[in-house]
Amino acid sequence: MSALPIADAAPLLELRGITKRYRMGDSHVHALQDVDLAITRNEYVAFIGPSGSGKTTLMNIVGCLDRPSAGTYFLNGKNVEDMDDTQLARIRNREIGFVFQNFNLLGRADALHNVMQPLVYRGTPLRERRRLATEALQRVGLAQRLDHLPNQLSGGQRQRVAIARALVGSPSILLADEPTGNLDSSTAQEIMAMFATLHEAGNTIVLVTHDAEVAAHAHRTITLRDGRVIGDARRATPGAA
Amino acid sequence: MRLLEAARAAWNAIRAHLLRAALTVLGMVIGVAAVIVVVAVLQGFAHTITSQFKSLGSNGLIIVPYETRRAALAGRQARLTPGDLIAIRQQVRGIEDVVPMLPMARFGGTVRYDNRSTASSITATTPAFARGGVQYPAQGRFIVPGDDATRRPVAVIGDAVIKNLSLPAHPEGHYIQMFGTWFKVVGVLNKLGTLLGVLNQDNQIYIPFETGVSLSGRSTPPEIVIQLQVARAREIDSIKSRITRVLRQRHHLQAAQQDDFKIQSSGQLIKALTKVFDIITLVVAGIVGIALLVGGVGIMNVLLVSVTERTREIGVLKSLGATRGDILLQFILEAVLLSILGALIGLSLGWGLSALVAHLVPPLAAARVPGWLVALALGFTAIVGLIFGIAPAAKAAALDPIDALRYE
Ligand SMILES: Nc1ncnc2c1ncn2[C@@H]1O[C@H](COP(=O)(O)OP(=O)(O)O)[C@@H](O)[C@H]1O
Ligand SMILES: [Mg+2]
Repeated sequence: MSALPIADAAPLLELRGITKRYRMGDSHVHALQDVDLAITRNEYVAFIGPSGSGKTTLMNIVGCLDRPSAGTYFLNGKNVEDMDDTQLARIRNREIGFVFQNFNLLGRADALHNVMQPLVYRGTPLRERRRLATEALQRVGLAQRLDHLPNQLSGGQRQRVAIARALVGSPSILLADEPTGNLDSSTAQEIMAMFATLHEAGNTIVLVTHDAEVAAHAHRTITLRDGRVIGDARRATPGAA
Repeated sequence: MRLLEAARAAWNAIRAHLLRAALTVLGMVIGVAAVIVVVAVLQGFAHTITSQFKSLGSNGLIIVPYETRRAALAGRQARLTPGDLIAIRQQVRGIEDVVPMLPMARFGGTVRYDNRSTASSITATTPAFARGGVQYPAQGRFIVPGDDATRRPVAVIGDAVIKNLSLPAHPEGHYIQMFGTWFKVVGVLNKLGTLLGVLNQDNQIYIPFETGVSLSGRSTPPEIVIQLQVARAREIDSIKSRITRVLRQRHHLQAAQQDDFKIQSSGQLIKALTKVFDIITLVVAGIVGIALLVGGVGIMNVLLVSVTERTREIGVLKSLGATRGDILLQFILEAVLLSILGALIGLSLGWGLSALVAHLVPPLAAARVPGWLVALALGFTAIVGLIFGIAPAAKAAALDPIDALRYE
């Protein structure tokens, strides 16, 4: 993970006219309408907006979990629209690291195996998987918890396992949807501090939140309302933790 | 590599609910155990029966008296006599080891020792009877040519006779009384056990053929059964027709009359028996095959439920980069592994039960689980698992990642 200069860099991802419609009986719900957006490497961006404003939908499209109803999306210069499901899975595996509000760990697997899992789909040999996963867990301060099952870990520890899992494959972008939503405030602080560290280490981070205090950690805030982008603010001096 | 990973994931999923997995494959277990037990027992049974015929060898012929119902109603009685034996020996070439068997008392002639008595099957025969046969002397000796030639009153007795008469464990030299004559015990037969738990094959006494002939009534010639060996197997048919000609002539049968004897070859008997057992095995295999299919449906149902339960997990795997193919492979392998698990449990259960049956019923001692059956059971259940794994696996693979992740 090399830290690239923020300025003048070609966008890591570029969305043009992204629209997402859901059919609800006879009518359509517009979860996203005509969203244009570009994010460059090593940016720390927050999507903020009230519940139902389309943040998660946008993040899922950015993470190639979902496809837009209209619009084009370039990731690393590649048009995602042309890709089939297998290619999208490959993108998710190599380019994206997801962190969810409810952690979404594999309940039967211990911390180490949870973190090793993305590497399985890359064909990384077992020994190498183990090494990389152990390193990733060390980075989030869980070197002593490798063999713990998710239900033997606290909420903050679970989220750190999830972050290690998102990072283990050195993805281009880290996507976190309300990562502190299920955590108490002091644990939330820890997790936000971790994101700051990861950003300093060169990672590109997109944070989804409805909480302005959490969004204040990011360097750029994109505000959504009713599926539209209504604000895009960069800060010269990022808010303190 | 990918297969190995999918197998690992499948195995972990099974291991997480081992008890449920065991219950899921109960149909498989019972099906496989049933086929193993039935085939093993059938094989044991077939082996016991054919080995008794095999004592004759594949070149063996048995000639027995046989009368059609009509002739029997007309008052005729078929019989083979020592005269027939001599005629066959003299007039038919290409045969060896002609063994006459004269049943002195088929279902129990009285035998005495001291003041005790018992009923045994008594047969008069020649030394050749023991040659390569199922019964041979375990102690002492069998009848020798000298016994036959000089009509010695000697007897070779079975284990049950020793027990019934409370004879010493080594009874050679002791005298037993049959047909009012004292016979010297010269040998003890090897133990054969009980046939089908009913017929004690060790309650047997053999005496020299000529001794038996001289003891039977003088008015009517004694009735015998003749065993013989053909020197060359390809001559069996020509020798059969030659024997038929000799016996018809001796029995003064007109051209219109049917034979009053039957010539059976042991090869034919074994073939016929083997065929019957093969058919039974096939029928049982077919029934069990259907049972295994039902077991496959059971696995499919449980896996379909399991896919629903694990929807979220599947969503997580997809978010981490699992392709449809990865998920498909994992769930198909889960079905296959479950089936194989069921087959393995069924195999050990069936093997144990077969061993138990073989132990409890001595004539089925040869009951064993053939290797081809193990391979077939494993192969078939794996294929059943593969087929019935397709539906749940396809369902899992087709899940939309977003919907799966949102699933509560
Ligand atoms: N699968 C779906 N079917 C129908 N409507 C949906 C679906 N997913 C999201 N929506 C709607 O799209 C809008 C945006 O949802 P979402 O992106 O989850 O908002 P947020 O994450 O900002 O709370 C909401 O009105 C929601 O009801
Ligand atoms: Mg949301």
